Amino acid sequence: MHIVVCIKQVPDSAQIRVHPVTNTIMRQGVPAIVNPYDLFALEEALRLKDKFGGRVTVLCMGPPQAEEALRKCVSFGVDDAILVTDRAFAGADTLATSYALAAAIRTIEAEQAVDIVFTGKQTIDGDTAQVGPGIAKRLNAQLLTYVSSIVELDLIGRWITIERRAEGGVQVLKTRLPCLITMLENTNELRFATMPDMIRAARFGVRKWNKDDAGIEDVSRIGLKGSPTVVSKVFGPTPRAEKAELVPTERATPRDMALNLVQMLFTKHPLLEAELLEKARL
Amino acid sequence: MTEQEASKKKPAGRAGRNLELPEHLKSYKGVWVFIEHDRGAVHQISWELLGEGRKLADSLGVALSGVLLGGPNEDLDDFAAEAFRYGADSCYVMRDPILKGYRNEPFTKGLTDLVNQHQPEIVLLGATTMGRDLAGSVATTLGTGLTADCTELRIDPASRALAATRPTFGGSLLCTIMTLAYRPQMATVRPRVMPMPARNEHRSGTIIEGTLGMIEADIVTKLLDFIPDASSNKVNLAYADVIVSGGKGLKKPENFQLVWDLAQVLGAEVGATRPVVQAGWVDAERQVGQTGKTVRPKLYIAAGISGAIQHRVGMEGADCIVAINTDPNAPIFDFAHYGIVGNALQVLPALTDAFRNHFAMKRQKAA
Repeated sequence: MHIVVCIKQVPDSAQIRVHPVTNTIMRQGVPAIVNPYDLFALEEALRLKDKFGGRVTVLCMGPPQAEEALRKCVSFGVDDAILVTDRAFAGADTLATSYALAAAIRTIEAEQAVDIVFTGKQTIDGDTAQVGPGIAKRLNAQLLTYVSSIVELDLIGRWITIERRAEGGVQVLKTRLPCLITMLENTNELRFATMPDMIRAARFGVRKWNKDDAGIEDVSRIGLKGSPTVVSKVFGPTPRAEKAELVPTERATPRDMALNLVQMLFTKHPLLEAELLEKARL
Repeated sequence: MTEQEASKKKPAGRAGRNLELPEHLKSYKGVWVFIEHDRGAVHQISWELLGEGRKLADSLGVALSGVLLGGPNEDLDDFAAEAFRYGADSCYVMRDPILKGYRNEPFTKGLTDLVNQHQPEIVLLGATTMGRDLAGSVATTLGTGLTADCTELRIDPASRALAATRPTFGGSLLCTIMTLAYRPQMATVRPRVMPMPARNEHRSGTIIEGTLGMIEADIVTKLLDFIPDASSNKVNLAYADVIVSGGKGLKKPENFQLVWDLAQVLGAEVGATRPVVQAGWVDAERQVGQTGKTVRPKLYIAAGISGAIQHRVGMEGADCIVAINTDPNAPIFDFAHYGIVGNALQVLPALTDAFRNHFAMKRQKAA
């Protein structure tokens, strides 16, 4: 069995600061991390490897420093790590990104057939959830998004049964391999990296591919040129005019504060009070 | 990264990109909304999108159409009639046993074929588990631009292109994105971001039938079962009127019970921040924010939540926001309407009592 896990190195969005004047992301001092959603995909792939044997390859498209994100993945016990990095990829939107990643996966397949491609449900910087479906389409692999659990995998019969999150319930789907799975969050708990694995990761030879190594056939379909979407404007969120009206806290107990808040709220929003009364009655 | 590196403003036309609409794509006309339905009900996002689509169609002077894919014994005609009441002029309907229950492959083919045949300039879908699954596949098949989770859609007067605004970098920045040289222009919008349009009982429209042209044997994915969420844990956060949310300021998972207690008194839904969900205190379905749900309640109570931008983008549409936080400088106080600078662990139970007593008193008076 051979699994490819696509990961992305992202700035830790919890620590992102925006320059107030230029509206640009200030990356200095913001740690770059493996996209947290990708780690659920990675863990799921490693669990399948634990159960069925085989190999896990991690794939990442990004700048040279994304090698660190791949090393992190190696420390959890993956077998191969490939960084697709080339200035020609700069400015890629989701369509161009999925084109490049699909080409790289085909190149990996030429070395060893791939049964399952895993991705996270989305990244925390772009938040589109569009690259997974894009890769699946280009590889002609069955797409399984928002997967919450793998119910059964039959490598001999080449089929897989999964559960996926849908609106108002869970779909149980059965499909043939190869497939692409985008893993839902909180579906598993990431293992700890062992000391020997960390040492291995530090010395690991991450493979670096440029666009030719990755097997890109049509350069007009990668990077900015291959991106149909054009960013026409970037701006910061509008701050609200007024700050919150605070209840007095001077010598006030939590009970005083609570009573004060309820009074303030319902004096100003009598309609809300009526609705809440109605609700509380039910 | 999704769209181009938002941190670097690049002048359009860089790198020899084509930003002009080629002649053969100029015939693409009209605005489409994918009508999402499952097990006999249309998802409300579809009506919200029709309201938004109507505005776009009117400013372009073109027709608005719904797209309905489903099984022959599903109520697609009723859904189409409802779509007309919400503003659609026509509906493209594809009925086939293969289309009963959502599956990516046949739905992708169905929608892609309809687009190629009828050539709309704009296609909108809900940013739901179904809409996102489908939109990504269709846009890739068509080789066109797709903008996710838009919070504002309008027509750029100069180019007559769709200008779609979306949060990026967790909501720290907003980007306006256009697809200039490709058609159709595609976008997804989350439930509750757009208001419900008015319903006009007397509007009607035309139905245009389409055929799928697939056989079940060709489709490798089978839908074995659908397990509806148990009503006890059905979370309808997006459409809740009152939400009490807790953050990491509550310190311990067991303290989250205080949020549930207040929610019970208010008849509210329970929400949470990403760190709380990541720590496993509550189910991911309850996450409010950029990677969770967008909510629009009448009352939103945020307890022990600092108000990081990722959370803010999901809840700032609430009519009334009450924040409880020990830190007077927490960003949440910049956009909440009312605030208590105090420890949520003490204030929450006090609030639960205060609301409970207040309602009891009011009821006594009314009796």
